[in-house]
Amino acid sequence: MSTLELLVFLPLLAALAVGLGAPARFTALGASVLVLLFAVYCAINFNASQEGGMQFASSRTLLEMPGFPKLSLAFGLDGISLVLLLLSGLVLVAAVFLAPQESAIKGSARLYYLSLLLIGGGAIGAFTATDLFFLYAFHELALIPTFLMIGIFGHGEGRVRTAWTITIFLGVGSLVLLVGLILAVGALGGTTFDVASLTALAKGSPIAESTQSWIFLLLFIGFGILVSLFPFHSWAAPAYAEAPAPVAMLHAGVLKKFGLYGLIRLAMPLAPAGAERWMNLVLVLLLGNILYIGLVTIAQKRLDRMLGYSSVMHMGYAFLGIAAGNVIGVSGAVLLMFAHGLSIALLFGLAGWMRDQFGTLDIDRFGGIAKPMPRLGLLFGFAAFASIGLPGFANFAAEVEIFFGAFAGEDLAMTWIRWATIGALWGVVISAVYMLRAYRHLFMGPKPDKLVTPADLSWETRLPLLLLLVALLAVGFAPELLNQFIRPAVNGLFTAMAG
Amino acid sequence: MPVYYLEFLVVALGLVLLMADAFAKLEDKRSLARLGVLGLAVIFCLLFIVKAPEAAEGGIWRFYAAPDKLSLFFKGLALLSTILVLIMAIDYAPIVVAQTANPEEGAHPQAGLGEFFALPLFACAGLMWMSSANHLVSIFVSLETVSITFYILVAYLRRNVGSLEAGVKYLILGALSTGFLVYGFAWLFGITGSMELGAITEALGKDSVNPTAALFAFALILIALAFKLGAAPFHLWIPDVYQGAPTPVTAFLSVGSKAAATMVTLRLVSPFLASAPLVGKITAVLVVVAVLTLLVGNLAALPQRNFKRLLAYSSIGHSGFLLMALAAAPRESVENALSSSTVIAFYLGAYLLMTLLAFLVLSSLRSAISGEEIDSYRGLAKRSPLHAAALLVAMASLAGIPLTAGFFGKFFAFKMAIDAGQWWLLAAALVAAAAGFYYYLKIAVSMYFSDPAKGDETAIRLSPLTGIAMVVLMILIVVAGIAPGVIVGLFS
Repeated sequence: MSTLELLVFLPLLAALAVGLGAPARFTALGASVLVLLFAVYCAINFNASQEGGMQFASSRTLLEMPGFPKLSLAFGLDGISLVLLLLSGLVLVAAVFLAPQESAIKGSARLYYLSLLLIGGGAIGAFTATDLFFLYAFHELALIPTFLMIGIFGHGEGRVRTAWTITIFLGVGSLVLLVGLILAVGALGGTTFDVASLTALAKGSPIAESTQSWIFLLLFIGFGILVSLFPFHSWAAPAYAEAPAPVAMLHAGVLKKFGLYGLIRLAMPLAPAGAERWMNLVLVLLLGNILYIGLVTIAQKRLDRMLGYSSVMHMGYAFLGIAAGNVIGVSGAVLLMFAHGLSIALLFGLAGWMRDQFGTLDIDRFGGIAKPMPRLGLLFGFAAFASIGLPGFANFAAEVEIFFGAFAGEDLAMTWIRWATIGALWGVVISAVYMLRAYRHLFMGPKPDKLVTPADLSWETRLPLLLLLVALLAVGFAPELLNQFIRPAVNGLFTAMAG
Repeated sequence: MPVYYLEFLVVALGLVLLMADAFAKLEDKRSLARLGVLGLAVIFCLLFIVKAPEAAEGGIWRFYAAPDKLSLFFKGLALLSTILVLIMAIDYAPIVVAQTANPEEGAHPQAGLGEFFALPLFACAGLMWMSSANHLVSIFVSLETVSITFYILVAYLRRNVGSLEAGVKYLILGALSTGFLVYGFAWLFGITGSMELGAITEALGKDSVNPTAALFAFALILIALAFKLGAAPFHLWIPDVYQGAPTPVTAFLSVGSKAAATMVTLRLVSPFLASAPLVGKITAVLVVVAVLTLLVGNLAALPQRNFKRLLAYSSIGHSGFLLMALAAAPRESVENALSSSTVIAFYLGAYLLMTLLAFLVLSSLRSAISGEEIDSYRGLAKRSPLHAAALLVAMASLAGIPLTAGFFGKFFAFKMAIDAGQWWLLAAALVAAAAGFYYYLKIAVSMYFSDPAKGDETAIRLSPLTGIAMVVLMILIVVAGIAPGVIVGLFS
């Protein structure tokens, strides 16, 4: 068994063990910490100077049949997937750590931890698979427990309805995506599911432009629904608000990035002409994400919904980076996936803890809790600053790269994308407005008399959150930590697809 | 050992069970079913060592096709489903006993249970024979062997009005469809002058074939087959019969009978599809039937509240996917394309695993949960996690979620439609698949999202044999969903 197979199957086997009766919390924590260590091991042994190509690659043929593409269980890492692997490891550890203690989940702790492990394992599988089928299938594997968790352990009366909404949205998204992928594989000869071979085929003998246009549109909408692209975003905020905190952390932080990953890994290389054709649509929709959803976020009165919308909004920047279509823009998008994943997981983790302790997340009912609860205040402050994208946090480095990438070019002509970039810059202001306003309402000012403050964050809660924060700051101060992996991979991607 | 010994062995086993029921003094007649399971398992193993009959044997064995891997695969499916049906029947026995109770003094308390275990074996022999039938007479006789056994089995619960009603419906409509089939065969014989499929294929391929007569024969045969398959618009009997029949029989109907009908359809339609003058019209008809079946089955399943009825509509929906693979059969000009028989064989293999898993859960819950409404499965996850997990896997696979066997079944069928450029078929299949997501997940929701009804919170017992069968099926579904090669390798 190769390193990556072990890494992918570790959480899945741990989930099986939990299902069969192993001590739930211990097994889940052990497995997720091992996953993180494995991911760090891969990062240390990763050859950052290699441009293009997969490292730690392994492949087993599963099906060879005339008339059907060759199917293999294949895994591999390049810089992009390595960064996402690290992200998955970090958030998985934090989410499992923050999952309520066994006594609090009345009898269903087994199902709870099993689902978390399945979501984590599915996400890791999706990011490391180099076979198109498994790339798709692992993502689906992670969606089913997400849906179950929201319905079973979610908050509020509307949880079943929300679970249905997210299932229908994401199910339809996946189906659209599947049609697009089948069309793409078919148009490229239908002999293989191997992503690298498909990319090479798309470069050597590109798909006819009209077909490419269809394929890109299908993939863009399919992946877009998964990333909560405007106007397909309406599932996201209620789902995150009602999901148990660890699920919101894993989905918003990790799993949602699959859509962006797919756009970079599949949609752009396989249908570059289609991407060009629909560029203006992409720009309009991403501005919808940044500006329209940004304003919607300001209007929210509950912390969890506000965070949900803010995570929708920030996806717009990632789309902008991808739309830039150059090395710096796409690298920025990848870095943003990492940074946003950590910061939103941090925020959802804190919000979930606050909901448990205070019993409410209505912003109006809070006030002045920074004084009795300084640790919570400080940690939330850091998380909020990260989310706004202040310098020193990974988010800043990522957003700067994206804006530079999107504005790049030697002439001074105002192309569409430059206008879009100028519009998108206002998003920074918007996110500062809602984050700082929320922070002021929650933590500053006078404390309402009715509000009873519980004890401050205990060390078990702080530890996983600090892990996320340290990673954010480390990459914020030294983006090269990750950029050294991302840049060659993106370079390789562009060499592989440049016509 | 020639392959037709297997059918003889199955029939002999059935006779042994009948004799033992009549003459041996058995305390508990369920041991008959255990004997049957054991015997069938041995015969299943024999599948792997049989060889083709010698060419010189000729004579009476002309009507019996030389066994290729595909027909052996179908024989395996028949055996496997019979084994699982018998396992279900063991769990279901108390209900059969209650519904067939004999008021006479001094009768065995389980009188009437023995035949319930023996009859599936005769159906199984018929199914196995059918997979090797290459002659119209042989197809007809084997099909009727299966159907007549089913007429009895469906109406088996003689104290239950639902079961009797289902039996009568099935008998009348079944007899009617048999009439159509025989009439179609007569026309086919008249046109081609032969009863052997090989000769028929050759005769239909000639330009001199009379297209009107051939299409008429095709229409008659298709009506009969659509009835057996449960394809729209001849599907109306399915929900009532599935709901009324004893659960193990429903399972057998939906898997065994469907596999047989699909196999026969494949055999009988292939000569028409291979005929250059006819193929255009035949494909058009098949596409229409497939589209109708896909839409009717899956859309009508949406509002169902009775679990067995839901599975009945889902079975109609799956017939739609099977017909889709047939309607999108590649023309000869297409190189290196998926063939209908491969896709259908895989689909049926996957369908067997997931449908029988669902029915296994259903029949093993029948004594603990009285109703068959979906709502009576509320909170199942809390009462019996294994039952709930098994049902979840079965439903995920029926819905076609990746990493389950059902996904590849659907995927292959979709791929064929795309390769053949059948866009209407593809669109209908997409709608069908999306609807399937909804109604299969509805069951997961009811099991996991709600608490058990008041006074119904006791844990549910599970017999070891059923438990093992459930776990094995779950593993097979997931393995075939990751490496479909394990099923494909069995028949190609």
